[in-house]
Amino acid sequence: MPLSLTRLIARDVRRAYAGGGWAWPIAFFLLACALFPFAVGPDPVLLARAGGGMLWTAALLAALMPAERLVAHDLEAGVLDQLAVRGVSAGGVAAAKTAAHWLAFAPPLMTATVPASALLGLPGDTLWRAELGLLVGTPGLAALSVAAGALVAGLRGAGAVAGLVMLPLAVPLLVFGSGVLADAPGALRLLEATSLLLTAGAPVAAGAAMRAGMG
Amino acid sequence: MLAFRAVACVRGGRMLWKGVDFALGPGDAIMVTGPNGAGKSSLVRIAAGLLAPAAGVVERRGAPALLTEAHALDPELPLGRALAFWSDRARAAAALDALGLGALAGVPVRLLSTGQRRRAAMARVVAAGCALWLLDEPASGLDAAAVERLEGLIAGHRAAGGAALAVSHQPLAMAGAGAVAL
Repeated sequence: MPLSLTRLIARDVRRAYAGGGWAWPIAFFLLACALFPFAVGPDPVLLARAGGGMLWTAALLAALMPAERLVAHDLEAGVLDQLAVRGVSAGGVAAAKTAAHWLAFAPPLMTATVPASALLGLPGDTLWRAELGLLVGTPGLAALSVAAGALVAGLRGAGAVAGLVMLPLAVPLLVFGSGVLADAPGALRLLEATSLLLTAGAPVAAGAAMRAGMG
Repeated sequence: MLAFRAVACVRGGRMLWKGVDFALGPGDAIMVTGPNGAGKSSLVRIAAGLLAPAAGVVERRGAPALLTEAHALDPELPLGRALAFWSDRARAAAALDALGLGALAGVPVRLLSTGQRRRAAMARVVAAGCALWLLDEPASGLDAAAVERLEGLIAGHRAAGGAALAVSHQPLAMAGAGAVAL
């Protein structure tokens, strides 16, 4: 019985929204952005300059939060085994999970960026560039989250390990994402390239990790 | 449909079993027995292609339907829909009826009892429509009537040209089944 990847994507997206799992990272993201002005003080010039970077940092950490759950649940429930005996490749499963995670994560995040930028007092054109950067960068973040989730599935204290595994790889996204905010020349192109590389490469690594985890 | 030739299994650096030979053709069945930790579940995973054998050759034609300890059904969904993810609605409904679960199609999977979940997982095997069934402890948690129903399903599957490999430490009647002791 062939099982299409779109069906797998639809299932994962449904589970993310129905289970309420999408809400916690977004709440965390908004909370981080709300706390930042309290910490650095209400100086609008400083906030406008540093707020965009803060926005990206919070988005990156929020993307990381659900990584632990993305693969571990399906490994325990035997879903990955069943997909494997039906001939779905592990890389395909990882790509589907990446797409599903992006669909469940990026739209709420980009929506939450509007109130977050208000909390940080960011000017309108910075908000626009932040949204553009997130649109380009979030597929890479989603792919990294799935790869980290696949690597740590089955480990104890997986959340913290997932963070350690993923953060160094996410730094280029943060650097170029902040570059887009500052309207640095070429930053958007570099962000696109980084995100594309991660989106294309991470599912391969995630698939290998899943196969190893099933053994 | 499935053949093991001098297959060996190593887990965690320890040789669990070696030199396992058998062949399973249409209509055949094999019962694998052995004490806890003998590597029975590993044998099923090797047969399914999820695990590589340490030595020997495994030949398999076509995709198998696999029953493992985990039921692989989304706990928040009604049973009928959770099962339909793995096949389609018509097949899922027919399989539920075959397992005597037709009345529970609208009940969320998380509310089912252990035995009902086991039968639901078996319904997924039936709904897959594969010729080769690989069953890891299919009778665990089932009452006498359900075990009888399971035996009937396996017999019917074999009569229709299918084959079954079952691992069980509970009695499970499969007429004329070969035996592999680990």
